[in-house]
Amino acid sequence: MQFRWSRRLAAVAAALALTALGPLVPSAHAQTEIHWWHAFTGRLGELLDEHIKKFNASQTAYKVVGAHKGNYSETLNAGIAAFRAGQQPHVLMVFEVGTATMMSAKGAIKPVYEVMESSGLKFDPKGYLAAVSGYYTTSDGKMLSLPYNSSTPVLYVNEDALKAAGVDPKTDLSTWEKVGAVVDTLKSKGHACPFTTAWQSWVHLENLSAYHNVPFATKDNGFAGLDTTLAFNGPAQVRHVEMLGKWAKEGKFIYGGRRNESGARFRAGECAFFTESSAGYAGVKKEAKFKFAIRPLPYWASVSGAPYNTIIGGASLWVMAGHKPEAYKGVAALLDFLSSPAIQAKWHQDTGYLPITRAAYEKTKADGFYGMEPGTDIAIIQMTGKEPTANSKGLRLGSFDQIRGIIDEELEGVWAGKKGAKAALDSAVQRGNQLLRRFEQANR
Amino acid sequence: MDTKVTFDHKLLPYLLLAPQIAITIIFFFWPAGQAVYQSLFLPDPFGLKMKFVGLSNFTFLLSDPHYLASFQTTAIFSFLVAFFSMAIALWLAVMADRVIKGSETYRTLLIWPYAVAPAIAGVLWLFMFNPSIGLFPYALKAFGYNWNHVLNAGEAMGLVVAAATWKQISYNFLFFLAGLQAIPRSVIEAAAIDGARFWRRFWTIVFPLLSPTTFFLLVVNVVYAFFETFGVIHTITGGGPQQSTMILVYKVYADGFVGQDLGSSAAQSVILLFVVGLLTVVQFRYVERRVHY
Repeated sequence: MQFRWSRRLAAVAAALALTALGPLVPSAHAQTEIHWWHAFTGRLGELLDEHIKKFNASQTAYKVVGAHKGNYSETLNAGIAAFRAGQQPHVLMVFEVGTATMMSAKGAIKPVYEVMESSGLKFDPKGYLAAVSGYYTTSDGKMLSLPYNSSTPVLYVNEDALKAAGVDPKTDLSTWEKVGAVVDTLKSKGHACPFTTAWQSWVHLENLSAYHNVPFATKDNGFAGLDTTLAFNGPAQVRHVEMLGKWAKEGKFIYGGRRNESGARFRAGECAFFTESSAGYAGVKKEAKFKFAIRPLPYWASVSGAPYNTIIGGASLWVMAGHKPEAYKGVAALLDFLSSPAIQAKWHQDTGYLPITRAAYEKTKADGFYGMEPGTDIAIIQMTGKEPTANSKGLRLGSFDQIRGIIDEELEGVWAGKKGAKAALDSAVQRGNQLLRRFEQANR
Repeated sequence: MDTKVTFDHKLLPYLLLAPQIAITIIFFFWPAGQAVYQSLFLPDPFGLKMKFVGLSNFTFLLSDPHYLASFQTTAIFSFLVAFFSMAIALWLAVMADRVIKGSETYRTLLIWPYAVAPAIAGVLWLFMFNPSIGLFPYALKAFGYNWNHVLNAGEAMGLVVAAATWKQISYNFLFFLAGLQAIPRSVIEAAAIDGARFWRRFWTIVFPLLSPTTFFLLVVNVVYAFFETFGVIHTITGGGPQQSTMILVYKVYADGFVGQDLGSSAAQSVILLFVVGLLTVVQFRYVERRVHY
């Protein structure tokens, strides 16, 4: 017994000694590690790992280490908690909803334009698609975070369902008026689920507002200051929500959940129309056993000037403050690598996310990808059709994750027939404004 | 001759208690103190600045009708969970106590769900009742009933109550069964000889003698419904639809960890602390009086 113990002790001591000596042993390359926390699993996680692998193989000075930290909210939380503990990663993936939170954290982040400038690498903010990078850029054109995965909502159509109801599958579906007529026909033919949607606030309020050039919030949707107030209870939004509420009541709009739960129904062929992110393409393509098509998000013909452009969803990469200068050089090299046309074009084609640079878009065109996969360019055309206005550049609102939750709740009240559209949106605006004031107070 | 052995060390009892006290301080008093402290501030998410706001986090909460509605939701939810999980467990325990053949198997099977984590229980029930792909909604549709708990508040509440109850029954069952077996047979046999039927024996003898167990379980179940059901709510409804299943502890999480509003979240924790403290006092002060030990 005694003997065994002492042997074990010796082993422990040896292990300890090795650990202690570890840093003294010179490594072959003396690489600087760059930590990148992200929210991707499954296929997207594999593709992200591929980016890391390719970057690490492309040079020897830096080694990027990726770590999955849960879903978007959890990843942001992990980043915040790590910063509080002084253990923050170099690069943090933050969903678009967290943009205002990150922007306001002046001492916690290092803006991308600064990182790129001090690295000496060539960086041309104009090369990025304004409709994408605008969301993450200050009003005077300084890029704060690098767009990584961005998508925009489009309309998915089950053409077989239309055919079964005697509607020409190639019929014009560009406006809500026209979609409404088809939805009525589908219902009268006994279709169980003519219309459904994912991400209701994002598609039917945030994008609806941008698409029709009406404000979602004052102060240029929050871009111009923290003293912004919500404004999505205007006539255009009320009318749209009223229509969806009426559809819900008549069994034409089947509500499936706050996120993309209804996707399962559409992919199973149960629903005829489905508004969802353009990045849902890969999933639909893989599972749908029916003929489907992607159409641009419908707009209201009755709103003059519509459609403008839709806005993005997804995530961007934020550089965290508090690291050594040479690490930031590595971060700059990584961001430069991720923006390169070859990487971007492949990412766009593999995932359905938008390309972030003009060069990647041109490359995808030249590759003939849009000809082979019809409908995959609709998202880009829809986003870049018109020069973004103050109402269609994006949203920059504090506590936005919570505000979306409030919007979800109020909309559910409308779908359940408990509340009128106007009353629900008024209430959401009023409740959301309280949170905006708290955010303003905390970040002033 | 004095046979009493006494330890007249002044220090020893404290030394023996020290580990327990240390744990209580580190894991309870310290975080609770932090929550009280933080509830007076409005910090930004990254902790870069803390703004002292006095009691305004509390006034903000208490003037919010949705926060007040959350109290009601919590009360309804906790009552339903505590009542059903105890009632069903008691019934099962009484039945299992009577079973002679294979009682071991019954007991083991009834205790099993206790090993399931709340989040897993939530996912299991969600899977069965998923409006898109669930088995039960599919079956219900055959009877012409359209189950959609993502929109129907009553169905959502029913589902989270069912999941939370199902998970807690095992625990209650275990204690009730032990309680039943501790009741002296002679008392029951005496009543039987006097001609009392089973249910009369149960209500006049067994149930009153079980009251210490019932009281203990009441306290434990209320605490369970208040705090440990977080996983069930998180996986099944996330507090929705509208705010129909937004219980207090879930709101603490939603505001603090999703909304990054740590000041409000801390204030809610403090309020929750008071509510649970008050409930426990009420239970011990008024309910315990009726308990026969």
